[in-house]
Amino acid sequence: MSMIFGVPIAVLSGQLLLGLINGAFYALLSLGLAVIFGLLKIINFAHGAFYMLGALCTVVLFNTLGVNYWVALILAPLIVGVLGVLIEFFLLRKIANEDHIYSLLLTFGLALVIQGVLTNIYGVSGLRYPIPEVFRGGVNLGFMFLPYYRAWVIVAALVVCIGTWFMIEKTKLGSYLRAGTENSQLMQAFGINVPLLVSLTYGFGVMLAAFAGVLAAPIYSVTPVMGANILIIVFAVVVIGGMGSILGAVITGLAMGIIEGLTKVFYPEASSTVIFLVMVLVLLVRPSGLFGKEA
Amino acid sequence: MTTSVYASPARKSVLEQKQRSERRKLMLYGAFFVIALIAPYVVYPVFLMKILCFALFAVAFNLLLGYVGLLSFGHAAFLATGGYTTGYLLSTYSGLTPELAILAGMSASTLLGLGFGLLAIRRQGIYFAMITLALAQLVFFFYVQSSFTGGEDGLHGIPRGKLLGVINLADNLAMYYFVLAVFMFGFAVVHRMVHSPYGHVLKAIKENEPRATSLGYNVDRYKLVAFVISAALAGLAGSVKTIVFQLASLNDAHWHMSGEVVLMTLVGGVGTLLGPVVGAAFVVSLEHQLAQSALGDWVNVILGVIFILCVLMFRAGIIGEFQKFYKKNFK
Amino acid sequence: MKIMKKLLSAAIASALIATTAQAAISDNEIRIGYLADMSGTYRDLAGPNGLVALQMAVEDVGGQVNGANIRVVSADDRNSPDVASSTVRQWVENDGVDMVAGLVASSVTIAATRILEQSNRLGIVSGSAASSITNEHCTPNHIHYVYDTYPLANGTAQAVVQEGGDSWFILTADYAFGHALEGDVEKVVTANGGTIVQKVRHPFPTGDFSSFILQAQSSGAKVVALANAGSDTTNAITTAGEFGLTQSGQTLAALLLFLTDVHALGVQAAQGIQLTTGWYWDMDDDARAWSDRFMQRTGVRPTMVHAGIYSSTVHYLNAVKEAGTDEAQAVRQQMMNTPINDMFAKGGYIREDGRMVHDMYLAQVKTPAESKDEWDLYKIVRTIPGDEAYRPLSESQCKLVNN
Repeated sequence: MSMIFGVPIAVLSGQLLLGLINGAFYALLSLGLAVIFGLLKIINFAHGAFYMLGALCTVVLFNTLGVNYWVALILAPLIVGVLGVLIEFFLLRKIANEDHIYSLLLTFGLALVIQGVLTNIYGVSGLRYPIPEVFRGGVNLGFMFLPYYRAWVIVAALVVCIGTWFMIEKTKLGSYLRAGTENSQLMQAFGINVPLLVSLTYGFGVMLAAFAGVLAAPIYSVTPVMGANILIIVFAVVVIGGMGSILGAVITGLAMGIIEGLTKVFYPEASSTVIFLVMVLVLLVRPSGLFGKEA
Repeated sequence: MTTSVYASPARKSVLEQKQRSERRKLMLYGAFFVIALIAPYVVYPVFLMKILCFALFAVAFNLLLGYVGLLSFGHAAFLATGGYTTGYLLSTYSGLTPELAILAGMSASTLLGLGFGLLAIRRQGIYFAMITLALAQLVFFFYVQSSFTGGEDGLHGIPRGKLLGVINLADNLAMYYFVLAVFMFGFAVVHRMVHSPYGHVLKAIKENEPRATSLGYNVDRYKLVAFVISAALAGLAGSVKTIVFQLASLNDAHWHMSGEVVLMTLVGGVGTLLGPVVGAAFVVSLEHQLAQSALGDWVNVILGVIFILCVLMFRAGIIGEFQKFYKKNFK
Repeated sequence: MKIMKKLLSAAIASALIATTAQAAISDNEIRIGYLADMSGTYRDLAGPNGLVALQMAVEDVGGQVNGANIRVVSADDRNSPDVASSTVRQWVENDGVDMVAGLVASSVTIAATRILEQSNRLGIVSGSAASSITNEHCTPNHIHYVYDTYPLANGTAQAVVQEGGDSWFILTADYAFGHALEGDVEKVVTANGGTIVQKVRHPFPTGDFSSFILQAQSSGAKVVALANAGSDTTNAITTAGEFGLTQSGQTLAALLLFLTDVHALGVQAAQGIQLTTGWYWDMDDDARAWSDRFMQRTGVRPTMVHAGIYSSTVHYLNAVKEAGTDEAQAVRQQMMNTPINDMFAKGGYIREDGRMVHDMYLAQVKTPAESKDEWDLYKIVRTIPGDEAYRPLSESQCKLVNN
């Protein structure tokens, strides 16, 4: 068997694929953050909490009302999205003209509240959600066993990521969005309801996080704190990609998944730290991230 | 400028007002000092020391956020570096006196601050926050992997030792007055800095950086010095805290700690000298009270609500809002 | 001057306390502090329900001992040694707390027991896993009651090797507890003629375990051992199931699993997993009877930690009664003199290093067909006698043991 640095190529390709799948999660989550920051200049530290809410919603809907996976895939992000719109309307709007840092602090507080309340209700041991019937089992690729569900995750995540990118960069709605957030008075004058647009954008970014949460529910244990640790990693991804760059967030998300996956083979202890090393290096060379516009 | 001040009566009254406000400030500090002297006879001294350590940490942090406008999200690294260095030295070399160990801890965090500063200082806003966070994560990883930190278990049973070889710090009261002295030193350094010509340049940078640059100031140099001093004082806080509790742990290096100091500063009042002190006292007392109350499992929720309320309604913090109130009603 | 005066009065006061404590119960009240993680990762295994177990113990003793009332205070340690240290300090120096119960994260336990040693109070550790707590970190002021890493490794690893699982892949959480468990497992496996094929250390906490499971699969080891805890373990088990680890002939050995973890996983995902536990709610009539009472109050079945908190508190209060004092050394001696026979342990005893030695159980998670309800999770496969399970005193590095 051929080897690279003492690791068989077969093993390595398996790890690369898994890295890519994890990267798909990072891409989805950082995409939401990038949309929210890029268009609204809100630093959304509650993003991890919304990811968790998506997963928890899925489990709770299933346990109480028997809602199945496919319905949850639409319903859970919608519920969380509505919550996001309400939060934007009642809280974030009040500080829209303040320094960005205040949005960070406000959403951080929000995350503490959401996680704390749910911890007292559901505990921290984790809730389980079965893998949907059609995705049980997997396929042997020769170099690894690939569960069907993981294959589905990467497909679903990529479709949503590309769709979002297309919508914001290439459609009329997207151009309204970009224009509305850059020059809201002008857009207002054109008869476009900018505040509503802002609320909906925040809701949409949050929906992306919740969608990632639904995808995660069958494969990770669902706990109220599941989003707390992933949050700063996803933030690192967004910064490396360039704050607000939508394409940057997606590509960096996938790339970081792969880098993390390789680290898990060669120096597993550092696998949760490597992203920060990349971030320091990138920011030293490109102060606005890989895809960011120079400030 | 100063020569012409006495010329007009209007100017004179401005000066008088300034003097009066200075006097009031002095009285306020004096009152604080007297309270701090008596406090350990009323309140449990170890608890007070905890407040003082975090107050110093927050004062150091606020030097950056409040007076230079830089949000560091990696200050835990300095707190932990001070703590681990001091703790390791004291538990390894039994003859070492605490003040030397503290000096060593402070030096280590100063050096680390210089390193962080050189890498981060050119970045602004959120990028500055994120690069300091990233660097602090690397430091955290180093402490997790190093054997001298005791990993997750931490360093325990660090001797408090004898200050200058004479005063036994094992006594809580002696320890308290020492911590108070250290705190006042740190506070004085920041106070002096902020009111010096150097501090005025910092404020100018905060308000309008391009203008400060065009006036010929080496902006990066000014920021770097402020960053290094902030790191040094944060390290000092960590060193002293380690001696007080006789332990050093990973909690101090975790990014939650960096977030906590933001909370303290915000609650107290960003950019006010006393704000971080009051904020630290408030947050530490609150956590302490909540943890021991029947609401123990609601601590995070309550902290989160306070965060939200602060941002929405009291952005100026306790001291800041008080100042606003005072100006509005008594001037 | 002031300081001198204060020092002097403090010295006199402490001398007074010391003399009166010999004779009777300090402050004529027995004060117990419950310190545990109430809001973080270890909340479910001890947490608020542990306080309920403690209160049950106090009620069962009658709320008082020799005419002295029993008062319980509690605090959230937030998994921070700082918080633990300042809380315990205040409890002993200001509030006159005599005994501290709970104690979960090992860093918290070590910080707390140092202070208890300095101030000569008693700590009863029910939640922590690290065997170092009665080894290099032992003090004359605490007792480690429920379990530790040594029997976890001993019980599970030995059983698995003897069943033919002789090549091992160990997946370890990269912190002190994980390292300790990994070391203990390695010793047991090699001593029983097995080999360690590969060891991988993952960061704590880790979100996605698929990469590590894949490494385990390609290592070719017969046994994949998880030397981690909490959500890391449950996530790894779920991922192992998803990737068909056991279908391809490998055995999964989880070294530390609590009832709450298995409950969260469900029997479908966890079936067949072997584990070592210090107690199981359905293991005998006494245990069942007590668990029913616990469940009435909390709505859930107790973990071994909950049961240990109850049992150790009753044992402590009885010792105070017998000794006629709450002075730590006298009570500890009394506790050592009395064997423990209750719903938690039969014939348990406390050694000089503070280890409570009692039978441990090798259990297997039931299959969905065997499990009658959501808490019917284990079948006990084997009883491991206490003296076999725990680290023998001859290997101890504890300063209280003459070796």
